[in-house]
Amino acid sequence: MYFYLKNLTPTQQVGALFVIVFGLLVLASATAFMLSIREYPDDAQGEQRRQNLKSISGVLRTSWLMVLVFWVGWITGDWVALTLFGLVSFFALREFLTLSPTRRGDHRSLVLAFFVVLPLQYWLVGSGHFDMFAVFIPVYVFLALPLVSALANDPLRFLERNAKLQWGIMVCIYGMSHVPALMMLDFPRYDKKNAFLMLFLVLVVQTCMVTQHLVTRRVHSPPSAPQISHSFNWRSWWLGMAAGSLLGALLAGITPFVPGQAFAMSFIACAAGSLGHLVMKALKRDRGIPIWRGEGKGVTGAGGMLDRIDSLCFAAPVFFHSVRWYFDL
Amino acid sequence: MLAKLMSLFLLGLIRVLTGSQARWHGCPPKAEQRIYFANHQSHADLVMIWAALPQELRTVTRAIAARDYWTKTPFKQWLTTAVFNVIYVSRDRTADEDPLEPLLEALANGDSIILFPEGTRGHAEEPQPFKAGLYNLACKFPQAVLIPAWINNVQHVLPKGEVIPVPVLCSVTFGAPMQVQECEECKAFLTRARQAVIALRDV
Repeated sequence: MYFYLKNLTPTQQVGALFVIVFGLLVLASATAFMLSIREYPDDAQGEQRRQNLKSISGVLRTSWLMVLVFWVGWITGDWVALTLFGLVSFFALREFLTLSPTRRGDHRSLVLAFFVVLPLQYWLVGSGHFDMFAVFIPVYVFLALPLVSALANDPLRFLERNAKLQWGIMVCIYGMSHVPALMMLDFPRYDKKNAFLMLFLVLVVQTCMVTQHLVTRRVHSPPSAPQISHSFNWRSWWLGMAAGSLLGALLAGITPFVPGQAFAMSFIACAAGSLGHLVMKALKRDRGIPIWRGEGKGVTGAGGMLDRIDSLCFAAPVFFHSVRWYFDL
Repeated sequence: MLAKLMSLFLLGLIRVLTGSQARWHGCPPKAEQRIYFANHQSHADLVMIWAALPQELRTVTRAIAARDYWTKTPFKQWLTTAVFNVIYVSRDRTADEDPLEPLLEALANGDSIILFPEGTRGHAEEPQPFKAGLYNLACKFPQAVLIPAWINNVQHVLPKGEVIPVPVLCSVTFGAPMQVQECEECKAFLTRARQAVIALRDV
């Protein structure tokens, strides 16, 4: 089986991968649907199950969406993929800034962030200006935006407003844009199978997060920072890290790494992703909201987009720059 | 045709920019004659509440717009007549006619209307005192259902004086129907209506 897959052309390999992933998703969705039409003799228990199922189908929906985005990106080429990730950035930033107390004076900076910085950053990624896209936001934009805000002549909570805007840009645009940037890296002897690298990152980080989440439900260690998160504790964090990194080592075949390198790289990505998730939780606590979504009270009860992608936003830049530095690309 | 395209474009735009969430809290969307009244902070309010209504209600629900502002250029006039099908009212009191005349006409035709009883766009957190037009309409058309609505966040999308809108999640919350009570004074009713709108901010 392994050798059969190994002997396929890169395109066939990526295709096979999508067939497998879509197959798994269909299976999972079908199971969820079957469970949803099942009747329970006990009402209270049934209600509990239904609630569980609801959150699971939320996760499934996001997974479908993510995989579809990857698939469309893969069959249509780099620029469509970039546009899709750009849209994800756009919606994530919209969520982030809705809950930040911006004032009228910030209007011009916001226009710049959404309609100039975001497209420019993705254009820099797409055209392969690596040195520029790594510094464009932290250097140039971070000096330009406060200037625009200052010119609006409103000193009230100036530092706070700017800090929030810059954080939003850093996480939602800068972080997210590093995911499609993986497509542009040129590894020797890797036949441009970079879609695998992107998938590798997502799988490894998601595995780490999901494992951490599931372990926290089973073991009842006291939370390490109860004011920030009721669930985060170092024990389940380590278990999540182990799961993510081991999966990374197992998946070394689809990456340009040898297993040891893959382990180390996934370790770094998982650490950045899971700890970044904690940081985003702290931001949410600061705003007094449970999830990122307009108003802080989602009508449907589902989480916002940012809740699902925040770990990726932290993992991607760290992973990207580690890989680039290590392989000297 | 052009108007249809424009309305589709505006609907898409408002969805991308604001998510255009409609939250029906006190009543379902229903095809009965209604007077929606809401807070007013931005020009985008009109588009926002229009987009929040379901397609079927949009065609029979007409907003009120100030004649002097919205007929200034041919484009503005076309937008408000062909796309939104608004009812113009004149703000200057020099005209002899009753300023509510066009509204009464529309209500007599069976249309629902959208009203911003503050009369002009406000800056403050809370809406300004409501004007008497709402009371007069409600008294003359007691069969029309009065629905308060709170438009949230739109002032961040397009503050007064700005041209380029910014994406922010917004929502329109529709509240429970209310009515002018037996021999209720104008002032008391307007205060109650304003409170009903403000109360929707926190649901």
